[in-house]
Amino acid sequence: MIWPNQMESNVRPRLETRIGVSRTMVYATPVLALLLTMACGSILFAALGQHPPAVLYAFFIQPISSAYGLAELTVKATPLVLCAIGLSFGFRANIWNIGAEGQLTLGAIAGGGLALWAGEDAGLWVLPAMMLAGLLGGAAWAAIPAYLKTRFNANEILTSLMLTYVAILLLSYLVHGPWKDPEGYSFPQSRMFADSALLPLLTMGTRLHLGAPIALFVALAAWWVMARMFIGFQIKVVGLTPAAAGLAGFSVRRLTWITLLTGGALAGLAGLFEVAGPIGQLLPSISPGYGFTAIIVAFLGRLHPLGILFAGLLIALSYLGGETVQIELGLPLAVAGVFQGMLLFFLLATDVLVRYRIRWDRRSTIEEAG
Amino acid sequence: MAEVGVPARLELRGISKQFPGCLANDQVDLDLRPGEIHALLGENGAGKSTLVKIIYGVLKADSGHLRWNGEQTTITSPSQARKLGIAMVFQHFSLFESMTVAENVALGLDDNVRLDVLSDQVAEIGRRYGLTLEPERVIHDLSVGERQRVEIVRCLMQNPRLLIMDEPTSVLTPGEADTLFITLRRLADEGCTILYISHKLSEIRALCDRATVMRGGKVVATCDPAEETAYDLARLMIGADFSQASKTGSTQFGASRLKVRNLNMAATALHGTDIADLEFEVAAGEILGIAGVAGNGQNTLLAALSGEQLADDPATIEIEGQIAGQLGPRRRRRLGLAFVPEERLGHGAVPEMSLIDNALLTGYDRQGLLSRGSIMFSRTKDYAERIVKSFQVVAGGIDANAGSLSGGNLQKFIIGRELLQQPKVLVVAHPTWGVDAGAAAAIHTALLELAEQGTAILVVSQDLDELLQISDRIAVLTAGRLSDCMVTADADVTQIGLLMGAHVADDLAEPDGEQRASQT
Amino acid sequence: METLAAVLVSVIGAATPLVFAAVGELVAEKSGVLNLGVEGMMLIGAVAAFAAALTTGSATLGILAGAGAGAILALIFALLTLTLLANQVATGLALTIFGVGVSALIGRSFVGIPLQRLQQLDLPGLSDLPIVGTLLFGHDILVYLSILLIPATIWFLDRSRAGLILRSIGENHAAAHALGHPVIAVRYLAVMFGGAMAGLGGAYLSLAYTPMWAENMTAGRGWIALALVVFATWRPGRLLLGAYLFGGITVAQLHVQGFGFDVPSQFLSMLPYVATIGVLVAISADGARARLNAPGSLGRIFHPDA
Repeated sequence: MIWPNQMESNVRPRLETRIGVSRTMVYATPVLALLLTMACGSILFAALGQHPPAVLYAFFIQPISSAYGLAELTVKATPLVLCAIGLSFGFRANIWNIGAEGQLTLGAIAGGGLALWAGEDAGLWVLPAMMLAGLLGGAAWAAIPAYLKTRFNANEILTSLMLTYVAILLLSYLVHGPWKDPEGYSFPQSRMFADSALLPLLTMGTRLHLGAPIALFVALAAWWVMARMFIGFQIKVVGLTPAAAGLAGFSVRRLTWITLLTGGALAGLAGLFEVAGPIGQLLPSISPGYGFTAIIVAFLGRLHPLGILFAGLLIALSYLGGETVQIELGLPLAVAGVFQGMLLFFLLATDVLVRYRIRWDRRSTIEEAG
Repeated sequence: MAEVGVPARLELRGISKQFPGCLANDQVDLDLRPGEIHALLGENGAGKSTLVKIIYGVLKADSGHLRWNGEQTTITSPSQARKLGIAMVFQHFSLFESMTVAENVALGLDDNVRLDVLSDQVAEIGRRYGLTLEPERVIHDLSVGERQRVEIVRCLMQNPRLLIMDEPTSVLTPGEADTLFITLRRLADEGCTILYISHKLSEIRALCDRATVMRGGKVVATCDPAEETAYDLARLMIGADFSQASKTGSTQFGASRLKVRNLNMAATALHGTDIADLEFEVAAGEILGIAGVAGNGQNTLLAALSGEQLADDPATIEIEGQIAGQLGPRRRRRLGLAFVPEERLGHGAVPEMSLIDNALLTGYDRQGLLSRGSIMFSRTKDYAERIVKSFQVVAGGIDANAGSLSGGNLQKFIIGRELLQQPKVLVVAHPTWGVDAGAAAAIHTALLELAEQGTAILVVSQDLDELLQISDRIAVLTAGRLSDCMVTADADVTQIGLLMGAHVADDLAEPDGEQRASQT
Repeated sequence: METLAAVLVSVIGAATPLVFAAVGELVAEKSGVLNLGVEGMMLIGAVAAFAAALTTGSATLGILAGAGAGAILALIFALLTLTLLANQVATGLALTIFGVGVSALIGRSFVGIPLQRLQQLDLPGLSDLPIVGTLLFGHDILVYLSILLIPATIWFLDRSRAGLILRSIGENHAAAHALGHPVIAVRYLAVMFGGAMAGLGGAYLSLAYTPMWAENMTAGRGWIALALVVFATWRPGRLLLGAYLFGGITVAQLHVQGFGFDVPSQFLSMLPYVATIGVLVAISADGARARLNAPGSLGRIFHPDA
């Protein structure tokens, strides 16, 4: 941009490209973004007539000051981490699957449908089979944008998102229609799953289920794939420089399929864990937007599997915090969404420091020397 | 020519410009007289482009001052430069591909002129300077020479007093360059000063009244180029005596290692050129040079050879006697192909990745860097280390990002990466484009040594001098067609020049196919 | 005949918010900026327009508030992507997530409150004509505005110097910068225009189409608007056609059951989304044609030093 002459003598900032990326800033900016979000959140709460320290306490501290709270945190983080890990593969490869919510829904439909079909006296096989169905259901839903992208070059952002609306409507049809519980007083919901079709609880008195350690395992495995495996290297190259990937013989088409199918499968597994875990049946709405929020989790975790673990816990806390301030202070649940959006904004804004450094130019033109 | 008592058209004193990690201009002084053609001479990275961008107001100097027709001035924007009467033709054209000639010209003006009025003015200027253009045509349908005409006409619309030309002939055939020189001389006769940036010594000696030589950001000499030998100018530019490797003239070649037969391929890029009926062979120990102006199908040919784009008929390409036309890049590499693309950053290397990762990028199979889908990091590091050592790549260690290397060092790294794979066939595009003379000599030596060890090498280059120096045979690619191969030692440079320019002459144009439309 | 006219009127109603949002996005994309936050900007526009119209009683203020709120949200996007050089795809997604949250927060006290529908312009004599009156002269100001927007945009992009500069910046930002055109400033304006138009689209929803506020009431229209820009291959005229086509599908879905077809409502509701996918596939399959009008610098970050 050309600045007016009169400003020449003023001190003004300018962005200068760094030669490499700043390692310090890679780790510092998420923390900075969180602090800025808290500061802005405080202003927002004050504007809503609340005492900011009380709200911040209720939002960030109170939900995790009990063992039950910690278990709830993990329960909420599980689907977020699973979806975000799946998305991160695609985002790394410049494949913008934003339809994880739909893939999650299809996973729930496939796995939940199996549970309903198996009925009350299903054997031990049913739970593993449901997980497999969840994986396949999510992957199948993601296969549609993958096919349309590789075959017709159709933008996956739009197709995967449109399919999310379709998936949610499909679930709505099923629980209003063929899968409706006949004894459910005409509520749109399925029968409760049999005990054998529910995820075992890890600690009594909480809702912490088997999905949490599986999500942790998935994160560690993803870390291994991205850091040590050739396929992870290929994903990174395709995302950074597609032409170099072509030169090296990495097929963009193949990687598009792999990343979309993996993302869909993990989102599907997350959906199955929701219905076979905390919910225990199929409902018209099985997720408070985990699939969308996972986009924030993936970025906040820097698309790194271990970063995503931390980011998943933090964003899960924002859900719990939102519920707490709703109950305790009567604030709307939407506060959680605002908080999440702000956090991503500030992260994207502060990210500029990773690749550029700010220079404060005192003077910059020829005239001074003349 | 300059008259006594008339102030210099432009006078620069003590211009300095610092970039991260590089002082691009260091206390530069420059005087340009009215009506002279003044060469700004220097190697890539000498600071020529930075200096002219400062003159044109695209960049701002850190210090120094500037006088225009004797008056102290500050130039803060291109639009201000244009108001003063400074115009510039960029090296990488600043044209808008999907817009018409008239629209492109309008965008270079500061006033709002109706497009139909503008079309008349374009035609008028075209008549006066021999620069014919059709205002309604869209840029992507024009040849490179025509595109440059659009740039020049855009500049002349403002009746400039100083015209800056950044490497104008690098994209032109010898014939087109001669036409350009006529236009430039006419302009200079009318009193317009021309600042002519180039590193081509012969054309500077033929065209320019004075020359300022830059090296490492500093002005090292100002002279009359006609009175210096090309060797002296080169020495001023490079700062040392230099020797050039060249082919020893062996004519004993082994068996054919790369065979291309009746190769046809459509370009995938939006405005690319198709190739048709290509036929050639490269034998063990031989270097075949493919000459031609950029945009004549080189990219399509390179993609066809690397395997990035597959041939319809598998038999059209054979590597080491194996049919390879439908094999992808990975399987062709297994057959012994190595490949150096034109673009270093963004095709040959991933800028954000380390040299270790960039070594892995193409070396993974032939260097055995993988084990059951996992990367063997110690072997990969060792491989990267060997490339850096063998080819004297100056870098901040093998952990440094490819993007942090200078153009010459990155090119040495990429060529080293391919050469250490001991290829049977090497395809290399523009091996020394934008590389300093020292690195260029090292690269040429390495290629010649590789050929001596029995590798078949195909070099695609726009630099005819380079091809004459290192290749055994030369063929010219024009409008997607390849001429017959000529033995370099017997080749007639005028004939090659004519072949390179064939697409501008109607009688030599290929009759078939709508794709040729881009050349008419 | 009257029924048909009524159906056509509802098609116009369903298409109008899409026209606004898609034209805004088209102009922003022509300047080289891909803003995926249309859905968020529409929601903010819808809630701001509703709130302003309800509290002040003035529909005009409601419309202005909708456009202003959309533009402010777009300003955040511009600040992040143009000044702080953030990835446009990620920032656009963040904008939508943020817009959904903020609109729900602002709108919580407005849920379930009815609002007087935006008044139709009463053209004496003309509006009373049978059929033609309803069809051509029975609309509110926003409908006319949305239709006028199309020739205005065509004139701006193809005939005006400002439009020429905007297109040049979208085509090749480095070249435009080298010629001295203000890349960042033009993009700021284009993005904010896009936001204002998305806001108007939202305002139309909450003031005229269904005069009320509900969380997520845009139901993906922002995304459909994005798809329409691709469908129209960046041409305003085709955009209008596309928007009315989608309006038609939306309305058809509501009327199918009325004609006695026994299809579950959910499947009918899927139609606009499935149609969007179909249209995208049809347009994208011919890659060369789809790319011909696509701005060359679309989605790329511009930094003058680079």
